[in-house]
Amino acid sequence: MLLDLFDAAPPTADDFYSAAFLAALLKPNRETPTLVSGSAGKAAVKRFNVYRNNVTVSLIDALAAVYPAVQRITGVEFFRAMARFHIRETPPSSPLLFEYGRDFPAFIERYEYAQGMPWLADTARIERAWLDAYHAADAPTLGAAALASTPAERIEDLVLTPQPAARLVRSRYAAVTIFAANRGSEPVEAIDASQAEDALITRPEFDVVVRRLAPGHAEFLSTLWAGRPLGQAAAAALEAHPDFEIGMGLATLIESGACASAQLGDPS
Amino acid sequence: MMRDVTANPEREASEPRFPAHPIAGLAGTSFKPQHLKAILAGAKPLGFLEVHAENYMGAGGPPHRALEAVRRDHPLSLHGVCMSIGAPQALDKAHLARFADLVRRYEPALVSEHLAWSTHDRVFYNDLLPLPYTEATLRAVSDHIEEVQEAIGRPLLLENPSTYVLFRESTMSETDFIRAIAARTGCGLLLDVNNVFVSATNHGFSPLVYLADFPLGAVGEIHLAGHAEQSDDEGEPLLIDSHDRPVSDAVWKLFEKVIERAGPTPTLIEWDSEIPEWPRLAAEAAAAQDILERAGAVWMRAHAA
Repeated sequence: MLLDLFDAAPPTADDFYSAAFLAALLKPNRETPTLVSGSAGKAAVKRFNVYRNNVTVSLIDALAAVYPAVQRITGVEFFRAMARFHIRETPPSSPLLFEYGRDFPAFIERYEYAQGMPWLADTARIERAWLDAYHAADAPTLGAAALASTPAERIEDLVLTPQPAARLVRSRYAAVTIFAANRGSEPVEAIDASQAEDALITRPEFDVVVRRLAPGHAEFLSTLWAGRPLGQAAAAALEAHPDFEIGMGLATLIESGACASAQLGDPS
Repeated sequence: MMRDVTANPEREASEPRFPAHPIAGLAGTSFKPQHLKAILAGAKPLGFLEVHAENYMGAGGPPHRALEAVRRDHPLSLHGVCMSIGAPQALDKAHLARFADLVRRYEPALVSEHLAWSTHDRVFYNDLLPLPYTEATLRAVSDHIEEVQEAIGRPLLLENPSTYVLFRESTMSETDFIRAIAARTGCGLLLDVNNVFVSATNHGFSPLVYLADFPLGAVGEIHLAGHAEQSDDEGEPLLIDSHDRPVSDAVWKLFEKVIERAGPTPTLIEWDSEIPEWPRLAAEAAAAQDILERAGAVWMRAHAA
């Protein structure tokens, strides 16, 4: 059952017009509020419906702009119906629409008609991370020189800070492949969705890059980003995946621009 | 003790400062990212560019790079869409702070917002919703505008709305309401001529009478846009402020009359959906520029006499 956040508190004298206007705005079955009219005794049913339509359509469009791959996968009609349910349950709480839809992946996970696409929510999480990376603060990325200038015996003590745009999305499904295949307009070939995939999303300069990580790299990066030194991050990655190679891990980290800076603690 | 071994230490964040490009008497267009290439390539004609403030309220990334690039070479108009000045509730302080930050960062030639509301009880409705015109709403809107002007340290231009309904409780006309706001707050006005035409058609009044009543002396910017046509419950035209097509002939004619009376005023072609290729948008702005010069000359002669 859907919560209905559009059921506003009872109007007070001071906010009567906005509360009364909204009481009917997102409820197509409600009558046109009596506080509005057309001119010279004209009715206001179609007139009020212009506002209803503007609000609903513009918010569905906002979700479609954040989640183009999800829309391509589900088809426009399915997407718009799903989005309509979501905006009624979780309308935007900020005027910044590029922030909207943060709860949409979790909604997709629960959405009755999307149960046959268990990988759809993670595909949406990658799209949400893509837009967050796009708008993230500008910051330098860690270059190979920072590692090269560190004495070999101290490398494991390096603490790396994440680049503001960098994000990880871990999926039990082939969400990275599905995302990549559906962000463009080229035909999509059959994908084995059952393969677990980890996505690293970065924006080293101006372009957002989504890459699929090799096994162990997600543990490596998430441990680093939690503020643990490089040696501990490598150990965590090896524990999860004995094949993990720290050289590959560092190469991916530098190439992707996943980190902003490196610090070396004094030996204790 | 931690030692920074980053090879490329964080560059000093230097505040970008921009040239003060004059905007007087120019026509301009909405700035859309898909036109950035054409604009950077020096496509002509071009006067000023206007952006929706909210699209540049992210922390960083490509939107700010694009805006910095166009701001360097062109006058900029910053147009807020979501301040919800017409709501009875208090303004969103965080949003106001973000708006003021953009004004400081980009030093726009013009700063404007709408006589409308969009937020209630922390829910954002993403539309420019209408308000009744009463003594109570006049007080609330005036307080909100003073708060915005305090935050940005300069006058705001307030835009007249296009509306589809009237409020039974309204006790004054829209032009009386707007004139009183300008007088109380010292704000300027953004006259959207398409909005005048849309509302006039929807509510059965004469756009010429509205314009005769409008305090043109306070107008610092004009908007022109296209509208769509539907029908109301009685089967008569109901115009929708859609910003998705060229400016209508009727609106061009009203615009020319406004310029003859008000003199050359920065004028924007707004086009926000079904966005055309740059040359088509630029041609609309060139048509506005022609009228600014032709009707502006009429105004000059009248004022020289």
